[in-house]
Formats: sequence, C-alpha cells, structure tokens
Amino acid sequence: MEELKFVGHPAVRIDGKEKVTGAAVYTDDLEFGPDLLYAEIVEGPHAHAMIRAIDASEAMKVPGVICVVTGKDFPYNFGLYMKDRFIFAQDRVRFFGEQIAAVVARTPQAAKKAARLVQVNYSPLPKVVSPLEALREGADLIHPDLKHYEHVPWFFPKPDTNIAHHRKVRKGNVEQGFAEADYILEDTYEVPRYAHCAIEYHAAVAKYDHSGRLTVWASSQSPHTQRNLFAIALAPLGIRHNDVRVIAPHVGGGFGSKAGVTMEIIAAAIATKVKGHPVKVLWNREREFYNTYQRLGVVAKLKIGVKSDGRITALHHSLFWDAGAYVEYGANVVNAVGLSAIGPYRVDNASIDSYCIYTNLPPGGPYRGFGYSEFLFGLESHMERMAKHLGIDPVEMRRRNAIRAGDITAYGAKMNPNGLHQAIDAVAKEIKWHETPSPSGPDMAIGKGFSLFWKAPAMPPNTSSSCFLKFNEDASINLLVSGMDLGQGFLTVMAQIAAEILSVPISKIRTENPDTDRNPYEWQTVASHVTWGCGNAVKRAALDAREQIFSLAARTHDVPKDLLYLEDEVVKCKRRPGFALPLKDFVIHGIQMEDGTFKGGPIMGRGVFMPEYASTKADPETSQGGHPNVHYTVGAAAAIIEIDKQTGRVQVKKVVEAVDCGKAINPSLVKGQITGGILQGISTVLYEEMKFDHRGKMLNPNFTDYKIPTALDIPDEVIPLIIEVPEPDGPYGARGMGEHTMLPVAPMIANAIEDALGIRMKSMPITAEKICLAMTGLKKQQEK
Amino acid sequence: MKKISFTLNGELRQVDVAPNEILLEVLRYKIGVKSPKCGCDTGDCGACTVILNGKAVRSCLIFAIEINGQEIVTLEGLSKDGLTPLQKALLDRNAFQCGYCAPGMILSATCLMSGNPHPSEEEIKESIAGNLCRCTGYQPVIDAISEVTKKH
Ligand code: FES
Ligand code: FES
Repeated sequence: MEELKFVGHPAVRIDGKEKVTGAAVYTDDLEFGPDLLYAEIVEGPHAHAMIRAIDASEAMKVPGVICVVTGKDFPYNFGLYMKDRFIFAQDRVRFFGEQIAAVVARTPQAAKKAARLVQVNYSPLPKVVSPLEALREGADLIHPDLKHYEHVPWFFPKPDTNIAHHRKVRKGNVEQGFAEADYILEDTYEVPRYAHCAIEYHAAVAKYDHSGRLTVWASSQSPHTQRNLFAIALAPLGIRHNDVRVIAPHVGGGFGSKAGVTMEIIAAAIATKVKGHPVKVLWNREREFYNTYQRLGVVAKLKIGVKSDGRITALHHSLFWDAGAYVEYGANVVNAVGLSAIGPYRVDNASIDSYCIYTNLPPGGPYRGFGYSEFLFGLESHMERMAKHLGIDPVEMRRRNAIRAGDITAYGAKMNPNGLHQAIDAVAKEIKWHETPSPSGPDMAIGKGFSLFWKAPAMPPNTSSSCFLKFNEDASINLLVSGMDLGQGFLTVMAQIAAEILSVPISKIRTENPDTDRNPYEWQTVASHVTWGCGNAVKRAALDAREQIFSLAARTHDVPKDLLYLEDEVVKCKRRPGFALPLKDFVIHGIQMEDGTFKGGPIMGRGVFMPEYASTKADPETSQGGHPNVHYTVGAAAAIIEIDKQTGRVQVKKVVEAVDCGKAINPSLVKGQITGGILQGISTVLYEEMKFDHRGKMLNPNFTDYKIPTALDIPDEVIPLIIEVPEPDGPYGARGMGEHTMLPVAPMIANAIEDALGIRMKSMPITAEKICLAMTGLKKQQEK
Repeated sequence: MKKISFTLNGELRQVDVAPNEILLEVLRYKIGVKSPKCGCDTGDCGACTVILNGKAVRSCLIFAIEINGQEIVTLEGLSKDGLTPLQKALLDRNAFQCGYCAPGMILSATCLMSGNPHPSEEEIKESIAGNLCRCTGYQPVIDAISEVTKKH
C-alpha cells in the first residue's frame, strides 16, 4: 500500500488557532448594526391547554416595541420527518414553556418587558406526562390531527391514539427461540430524559430584505436542512429555496440539539413581518433545557433467552418512548432503535416493538447516540446479569454472541465488516479484566464493568453530501463543503483527505463552515456520517480535480496520463525523471503552448456521494426487506470504579474504550471524541437528572441544579483505543465514531456498580443518593 | 448613564453605562470585544471569564459600573504578541473542540500560572473547575496546562 502523508496523521485542527485566540466567531458574535431588532418569546404556562385569546395591547404600548406576532400570523406546520410542529402554538399548547407569541422591539430590554405584558387566556386540558399513561385507554389526545400530518413513508402513526410511530421488527421464530432457551431473563429498564448542554445557546438572526431575500445566520448543525424546511414552511409567502440563504458561523457545541429546525424558524418567520430589519432570537440557559430538543426518555422491557453456554436463542425488546409534544425529529430516534435494539449480537430470533409516544413534555429529539445509549443501558445490563447467572465470564459471554461481518441484522441485511472481536480483546487486555483490583480503603468498594456498543447512522436512504474544490493561483485550495465543524474536527479531516489526493499541504487548504448560497449541498451534520459521507464527496472532488490536472498535463506535454502522479504540489511522471510541472504554474492560468496560446483554465473539482444501495422499503409488520442502515460502527469499553460506601459517591478510576472507526483519518481527533464522549456518558449515568413538577414544568433548567461534570469530576485515567477494520465504501475505509463514544458508558458503570456492591440499578441516573438508598435496602434485607 | 473609564487589554477605554448594566454585555455589545462568551448568565459556566486586576472573574456577575478605574484583560489581550506557550500547547494537542469554553478556560489557567508557575494536577483541575466544557472531557486541556507548567 502507498504510504499516506496526511490521512492517518494527528494533524492540528485547522480551526485551532481561531479557537485558542478568541478569534472564532459564533452566531451571537456577529454584528448587524443599529437596525437590529430583538425578539422575546412569550411562553405558555401550561403543559396542555387551549389558547382562547391573546391580547397584546399593553405590550404594544412599551416604547421601542415594533410588533407582536402569534400563531395566527404563521398558520404553517413543519418538521423533518413528520410535519407535526408549529412556528408558534396554534390553538393548543402542548408543553410547559412552548412559544405562544413573540414581541419584537428595538432593544432586548423593551422586548422582555413587553413580553411579560402579553395577556394570554387559556383553558387547561388534562395532561399526559408519561408514555405509559399516554397509552391508556381514554388518554387525552395530544395531536387529534395526527392522521392528517405528512410524514416519511417509513413511519406508521396510529390515528386517534398518542402513538406517532410504531417500528415493528420480526425475525426468525421468537417463540421457538424462547422454547429452546435454558435460561430466560425478563426485566424493565428506565432511562429518563436528558439535556444536551452545549455551552453556547441556540441563536438565530434573520433578515428578509425588500427584494424578498431571506438570510438566516444560525448556530446550526443543519444549514441546508434549515434552508429546505424554512422554504417549505414559508412557501405560502412566496418564498422559494433560492430566496433563502443560511449562513452558519462556528457552533459552540451541538450534540444533536442544533440539528433539524427548532427555534431558528422563529427568527426566519418573524423577519418576514419586519422587512428590511435583521431580527435576533437568542435563547437563554433555561430555554436551552426546556425549549429545544431533549433526549427522549424510555421504558424498555427486555426478554432474552440463552442456552447454558450463553448463546442467545431469542430476544424481545419493547421500547416505550416518552417522545414529548412534537416528534418531527424524535420519531426517527424511535425508528432507529427499533431497527437496532438487538445490539451488536447475532440474534436469529428477534422481535422488537419501538413505540413513539406523544407526551406533554418538551419535544424529544436527536441527542448524541440517537437512542442507542438508552436501549444499550438495558441490553448490556441484561447481558452481564445473564452471564453471571450462568457462571460465564461476562466478556466471554459477549464474545460468544458478538456479531461478525456477514451475520444477519434484525431487518435482514448483512452486517458490514467490523472489528468488534478485536475491540473486545483489546479492551479486556488493557483493563486487565482477569485481575481483581483492590479498594483503596476499608470504606471503599471496587468493581469493574464491561459493555459493547454499536450504532448506525440514521438517515434517509437518499442522504447526500457534495463538495466543490477550487484551486487558487498559488495552488492553495478552497474546499467548499456544507458539513459543520461542531468541534469534532470535520473541517480538518476533509482537508486531510483533499491534501492526500492532491499532495497539497493542509496549511494551504481553506475550508470553513458553510453558507448555503456558496457551498454545495449537505443534508445535515448528524448521525456521525460526515467523515464517511462528505469525506467520500471530498475524495471524489479531489480525484476529479486530479483527473483534470493529469489530462491537461498529458495533452500539453505529450506524456501518457496514466504515468503521471502528484508529489509535493508538482505533477511528475513515472518514466521521465526530469518531468516536473508545479501546480502553481497552471491551476488557474493554464499552460502556454509554443504558439503562445493557453490550454486549460481554473481547475475545479466536484464530488457527490449518495449511498445508492440504501432503502427503507420493507414490510411494516416485520421490517424485513430493506437496507435502512448503511453500516454500523462497533466497539467495546470497560471501567474500574471505586465507591465510597458511606456516601455512595462513585469515582471512575480507569476507562478503556476501543472503537472501530475503519480508518482514523486523524487519530488525535478520534481520541478527543473518545475522551469527551466518555465524560458525557459518565455524566448521564452519575450526575444529570431533570426534575419536572406536577404541572410538567422543568424545575432545574440551570447549571446550578442540573449538574454537568467539571474538571474535578473526570476519570483518573482514560485509555482510547483505535481499531481499524476498513469500511468498504468509506474514504480510506473510514466510518463515523463521534456519537458512539458515549454509548457504552451507562451500562458499563451500572455493571461495575453491581460488581462492587452486588446491587443492580435498573433506572438512570445512578446518583450517589440512589446508591446509598439501595445499600441501606440491601443491608436491611441481609439483616432479615 | 455614567461614564466609566478602565484599562482593557492595555488600552484606556471610556464608555457610558447604566447602573444595572452587566460587564459581560458591555464588553460584548457596547465595546465589541467578543471573546468573553455567555453560557448561563448565572455564574455557573465560566464562559464569560475575564481577568480583572490579575484575577479571573465571571463578567456576567459584575456590574460594569464597578470596574471604573480597574484593569481588564480578555483573550484578545493575551493574544496580542502571538500565542502564549499555553495557547501553543492547547493548539498542538487539539485540546479544544467547539472552542466555546476556550477563552474562559485559557484565562483561568493563565491566572493560575501567573501566581503558581508549577501547579500540581489537582491545582490545575481546581483552577478550571469553574469553566464548564461539554466537549473535551477536560483531560486534553489539563494535559496542555501541565505540559507548559512542567516545561517553563
Ligand atoms: S455566563 Fe458567566 S458564568 Fe456562565
Ligand atoms: S470545547 Fe466545546 S465547550 Fe469546551
């Protein structure tokens, strides 16, 4: 194999210097001049109510107020996968804190003051705040119009119920599988809602100018999808796709929260009412918690049958998702899990029911891991428990069942090449699985836990990425793509791929976050798919440019094209040692011939990628027949933890995680994802907890009461391991791994807690308080 | 409105502020210094950290009027003469991801290092414990700080 000069190297991030000098510009750092207007949201103080009347007359009297807009001004619904959402509540409020209206004013102070003066008259309705409650006979309907909503063909809503989607998977003969089992374990696991907690708020500024051009600057994971959804929702105003321009500066953390469309559409819509003025909508920390997407909660009922040697004979997984008031994005989380809730195992007989259930809580939506963390908590807890029951080492139990390339997934497609077995072995070795660590004192208990993980990108089958590559006079390059660098290092990785093919150093490649007018199409930066999808588009664009370079060199210099190659920005020939055409001599101005004419012209590469084998067409009763997932990324992790038996406090001593990313295009960035993802996972299992009161109001929407870890809460040691079993259609074999890093953490910690204390925790979070209570319960039991 | 004057990154600045105006907002929206960020407005996240008379403080908790006659440094001031060894180490290690916490984090660590050039790992963690980061897991930032404080 040829030696790679850029791919596979720990290059320094191309946006690194901006970020360590404070030069990086985020949406709220942009300047819009003295004409900028500010919008403040009026929120509904009920989880479920009808809106009777809105009176803005007092608000309009506040000096500086320009206008007040309400749902009546925008009777449009929108949504990514199902159009069940509204720019402002129409006649009904469906969660506490939902946007009812907005006041637009010349200063933020005036807008805030006036927003408090908007009078809204409500008639409260009975509310439903848990998924099981929402399923009960006679439960109030949160979306009586469900049957009229447009949705993607792979959703199956149940009209006149609160079920927005039911993903049903049937494979093999489950009954027979359970009949053949020597041991069956059945239990229920609960995972509550979580918040993303990106440190930057959502922010959007929109301007609808007098020529009918709508420009939106937003902190966004999805510039093109936002353009698309704005254009569709605002089409009644005569707005077309090419009238809308989304510009995305740096994003201060996304984790799914800034994917699809949420508050940005408020700015876009308001702008159409204040033509000519830019208008800013800036969220605050509280709204970050209760009025963006939240991670969905789930109640998962799991039943697995195994032979006495640990081999799985059958699996049934029922997942009841608390999907919140609007599920236009969240229903696809439910769908993705439905397809994949067998976990990274070979299961011949499986049935899965994944229900997307409306509740009167904030909308559930994409969150790093897209539902996989949630079902893996139960599944990987279950595997550990079954191994212990059978007297099999839990790692060995997983080895016996771990999926291999060519095995059949729950929906009948073949599993892609993967390094799951290598990952298991590498982690077991590094954590010294067969040694028993000793606690640091008499009041301490020590334990270790293991977990596997897998995840596929969840995306429409025709998801695509594209790239333009433009050379400049000095052979530097502008690489135009529309993926977002959310911090994962996307832009750097794209530059590394182009550098590799064109032999141009990374320092000469400029690639920035996009402007939908200038940069070519990308669906969204979600699903950990951009390294793979957009990486392929970049590779194709670079190959396209290289082809143009070689063709031009061949026809102007009478050399055979197939003997040409690039080295250090120079075209060379394998058979003519002295032949050297520096790129900078011709990539813009062409090559001059003896008669004085020029050949060529600016070199511009173009690359497009769409996985043409993907399909969601399948039998709705079994999910068999399609190819909904392009591939899975797999891995394994283990932890050693120590628990203070007096306080229940858990200290994570060591975590080892191995992820098979196919090819680490930038190993430094891959390791960064692992270190960061592990702490985010630890946080969900040990610290974070949302509290809602009886009205459905979130009680702790701030960092004082909703704790995320500080530098004092990190594991003593994190060991990232990279496994590289290439993905056949990935750029240099790469597949995504950003979200995956947090997936194994919660079950791995729960397993370690059981190992340390003999207590099995089946609901998250597992706070120190819960551990203490469980220990007291255990002691009482032992005393009896 | 009251006119206040203070030193910002080595330059004398004058600005009119109302008594209830917050330093973070005055810096960002009146003066146009954008490296101090807002992540909570309640003193929890540290994104708004600035150096006030040599100490790292949260500018979202300070009234602008209080800084009359005082000295403030933001990340813009730190970067004037090229990267500091700490910035260089953070850059080389790809320590930050989204970078939103970076200005606050760097100023907190810089303050630590000026008073305590050779801190222990625990002291490093303490010094940035008020700066929340959701991306990095903190370890790469801690490693960069300890690399620099061991070397210099
Ligand atoms: S904005 Fe000041 S501490 Fe968060
Ligand atoms: S790098 Fe994103 S918050 Fe720290």
